[in-house]
Amino acid sequence: MLKFVVRRLLLLIPVVIGVSIVSFSIMHMIPGDPARIIAGEGATIEDIMSIRTKYGLDRPLIEQYLRFMKGIITNDLRSIRTERPILTELLPRFANTAQLALVSIVISSVIGVTLGIVSAVKRNSWIDTFSMVFSLVGVSMPIFWLGILLIILFAVTLRWLPSGGKGGIEHLILPALTLGLATSAIIARMTRASMLEVLNQDYVRTVVAFGLPRRKVIYKYVLRNAMIPVVTVIGLQFGYLLGGAVLTESVFGWPGLGRFVVDSIFSRDYIAVQVGIMMIATSFVLVNLLVDLVYALIDPRLRRG
Amino acid sequence: MRMKKRTSSLIILKRMARNKGAIFGLIVVLLIVFVAIFAPVVAPKDPYKQDLLASLEPPSWKHPFGTDVFGRDVLSRVIYGARTSLSISALAVLIAFVLGASVGTVAGYFGGVLDEVLMRFLDVLMAFPDILLAIAIVAALGPGKINLVVAIAIYSFPQFARVMRASALTIKNSEYVEAAKAIGESSFSIMVRYVLPNALAPLLVQATLRMATAVLTISGLSFLGLGVKPPEAEWGTDLAMARVYLEIAPHLGIFPGLALFLTVLGFNLFGDGLNDALNPRLKDR
Repeated sequence: MLKFVVRRLLLLIPVVIGVSIVSFSIMHMIPGDPARIIAGEGATIEDIMSIRTKYGLDRPLIEQYLRFMKGIITNDLRSIRTERPILTELLPRFANTAQLALVSIVISSVIGVTLGIVSAVKRNSWIDTFSMVFSLVGVSMPIFWLGILLIILFAVTLRWLPSGGKGGIEHLILPALTLGLATSAIIARMTRASMLEVLNQDYVRTVVAFGLPRRKVIYKYVLRNAMIPVVTVIGLQFGYLLGGAVLTESVFGWPGLGRFVVDSIFSRDYIAVQVGIMMIATSFVLVNLLVDLVYALIDPRLRRG
Repeated sequence: MRMKKRTSSLIILKRMARNKGAIFGLIVVLLIVFVAIFAPVVAPKDPYKQDLLASLEPPSWKHPFGTDVFGRDVLSRVIYGARTSLSISALAVLIAFVLGASVGTVAGYFGGVLDEVLMRFLDVLMAFPDILLAIAIVAALGPGKINLVVAIAIYSFPQFARVMRASALTIKNSEYVEAAKAIGESSFSIMVRYVLPNALAPLLVQATLRMATAVLTISGLSFLGLGVKPPEAEWGTDLAMARVYLEIAPHLGIFPGLALFLTVLGFNLFGDGLNDALNPRLKDR
């Protein structure tokens, strides 16, 4: 197991470095002079020159990249717009996104796993059909439209919940439900498939032949084995939620990291954009690693290889 | 040889015809494509003509989907939106297809260090979850239709490359490739004449599914204000405006989203059906 963990950690390093390079490159892919773009319209030559020196844009790219990375680690790198250290700016937003993603994943796991189990156990019943349609609709549903529909229903028509902003728990319900419903479709589909596969295994047939009650077989043998791939899917979905929250955050005005990145694009705060995107991608990679490790922990067969 | 090929595609067509979901998907896709191409004929009004006296009207006989804040006919805007969305996504997916198939063929066929480097590069691109990579590219290039095409092509091509590489790995060890090598065909010729054509089926499935993602991404970026700029009719752009007026005109939030949802659903159903028809063993999972 230790060897497996070390191997996975080592494999992670090039990907994280690659992510940081791609994120760093964003500012340098801009057609034209980044200093001029940061300075904005109507800036004088002196303004542009001072920005160029201030952000080290006149240095070689390698040096700029190393300065960028060092600045993140020592928290010396500052947002262009607010001039505050970038991590001080980003971490509270990240916490908001993580909170949203965490509640959403609980919602989607509960809905997805329940729906998947019931439809596999009662195959071809009305609930199975419902669950299939639900998955199909969920996979094709534009998340921001789902958010708008929920606002029309719960905020505009019924007036039960606020349509956006951040405050008490009532502000969290609609965005979390939006994200949660969207991902529950994938979890339901995966749970159903995994349950059906285990239900067809020889050892399940054997315990049924031994005369164990069906309910006991399902809870004691089938569920436990069927949940292994489901855990992976839930973990992967959690990673996607961290990034995919951008649209939901914009619909509901939730002050998360994704929305902050988009706002920073408009205010030409490229440092905030670079670091924000790097932060989301890195946490996605880390969550994926965690999922792999948990997976290996439950299923010893995977530790080899 | 010719005969055999025709019968095998016939079998696939027959399998498709039995799949209700796939047929439904195909009909929806054809309908949307038709509407997109003939938008000027199909649309009852000019989607850009403002009528401030008829602002935010609910659906009526005159305006079946109502009007937006500038009094423009929402039905006509939804119809023209199909045009915007499909033209951008088709172009982007085409570029991603060509780029991905080339990278995948080279990586799979040659293997070794080249394969390793290309695959690690794809890993890095795929480390950006959901539409984040597209957002990053648009952040760099700036909004606009051409940049949107570039962003979505870059964001989509790793999937094509993955699928192509997997096929190339099996095909390169086949007897016909061995035979081609034996008679002295060049690597390039083998890749173009044997590897690529034999891997076309899974690539086409991928293309259909990627169309769904591309349509979603275009409207998502436009919703964020990073894609198609108003006043151009686009579902995501129109939904972003609808969000502002939801309290007084909820109908604005329904129709562009419905069109978007149906388009994505159509491509997904058709793609899944195509996949099932090509790999019948996977069907019941």
